[in-house]
Amino acid sequence: MLASAVSVFTAGDNLWRLLTGLGVAMQIALLAVFFSLLLGIPLGVVMTSRRRVLFLAARLYLDAWRIVPVLVWLFIFYFELGRILGIHIDAWLVSVLVFSLWGAAEMSDIVRGAITSLPAGQVESGRALGLSNWQLQRYVIMPQVVRRLTPAAVNLVTRLIKTTSLVVLIGVVEVLKVGQQIIENSERNVPSASFWVYGLIFILYFIVCYPISRLSRYLERRWVG
Amino acid sequence: MAFDWNFVAKFYPLFLRAAWLTLWLGLLGTFLASLVGFIGAIITYARVPGLNRLFRAYVEVSRNTPLLIQLFFLYFGLPKMGIMLESRTAAMLGLAFLGGGYMAEAIRAGLGAVPPGQLEAGYAIGLTRAQVIRHVLLPQAFAVAMPAIGANVIFLLKETSVFSVVALADLMFVAKDLIGMYYRTNEALLMLVLAYLLLLLPLSLLFYLWERKLRHAGFGG
Repeated sequence: MLASAVSVFTAGDNLWRLLTGLGVAMQIALLAVFFSLLLGIPLGVVMTSRRRVLFLAARLYLDAWRIVPVLVWLFIFYFELGRILGIHIDAWLVSVLVFSLWGAAEMSDIVRGAITSLPAGQVESGRALGLSNWQLQRYVIMPQVVRRLTPAAVNLVTRLIKTTSLVVLIGVVEVLKVGQQIIENSERNVPSASFWVYGLIFILYFIVCYPISRLSRYLERRWVG
Repeated sequence: MAFDWNFVAKFYPLFLRAAWLTLWLGLLGTFLASLVGFIGAIITYARVPGLNRLFRAYVEVSRNTPLLIQLFFLYFGLPKMGIMLESRTAAMLGLAFLGGGYMAEAIRAGLGAVPPGQLEAGYAIGLTRAQVIRHVLLPQAFAVAMPAIGANVIFLLKETSVFSVVALADLMFVAKDLIGMYYRTNEALLMLVLAYLLLLLPLSLLFYLWERKLRHAGFGG
């Protein structure tokens, strides 16, 4: 039985195709991580602003992404964006866009949390020491904020990786789709193919996410707890 | 194509029925997840030998894999090994499997936040072990864990949006079906969003208020 299971993956270049499919999902996730940082950090700073309009706008943005499931957002962007712009936008691009915007929302809340959790005494004692505004930011606030937000930001990476598995549902050819193709081709010879293929994909996701979440917890213990 | 309200009027009952199914399965799965999480958190807290490590391994697996893949394995993979699950059962078990890990972490954090002095003080005034757990440990742990538990409930209900992959006629399924049959994208997507808002807004508001109330109660400042 195990021999036939192995044959599913050794036939053709099936294992390699699966890994390439996983690569497609990871690529979307990593691009989304990049844009999440780029957009989410300034957005998080805006969320600590005392300007009511700015704060409310940022808060509304966050809540919109929090309340409506990401899969629904994928559908909305997939069906509506191309129609509104009058061009065909492929599912891969829609995925990168949606996960970037969602990631930015989540990142902004992490940044906001890190900034507001800093005790006011830190700023006050910095000023009492006669630090300039720039010195205060550079030597007192930034180092602590970065330490406070890094564990959660690393954890966000695993969430992005796990959630990008949804892109198969708008037609992106990634690991799950490749898996389905492999199952279709090998089911006649190995009837239990779907058990092995889905099992392997399950394990692959774990292998990718587990070290990252361990890292997040390690940083949490070291820098925050 | 102009927005067609007649289309909405004609098909909104489909969404209501799907929302009902989502809510029902989602809450059942969340309840099971809480049960798994609670039992697991106690096992880890009390460091029950053997079971402790086993449960920690489960928590890692459930938290580091996507629900979509878990469902594919449960619904399409397991039958090949002779374990047939009906759509609803697979969806519910999948949600419980995923949520159990998250709930366990939330409750464990709550239990860990109760200072040992609280338990010792309980024993010192002559409470039995059961009384300490019931009246000292659990209420305080719950107060600390509550925001995380609430966030998990919302998270799990949102995760139900992938249930259509195990052939359940949930909200996504109905929306996709209508778009495929009538190309009424705007109308279908609007009803889809409204249905999720109907499900999730009241709950998030409820948890928000509850959390504020608990914070006012001020456990340990």
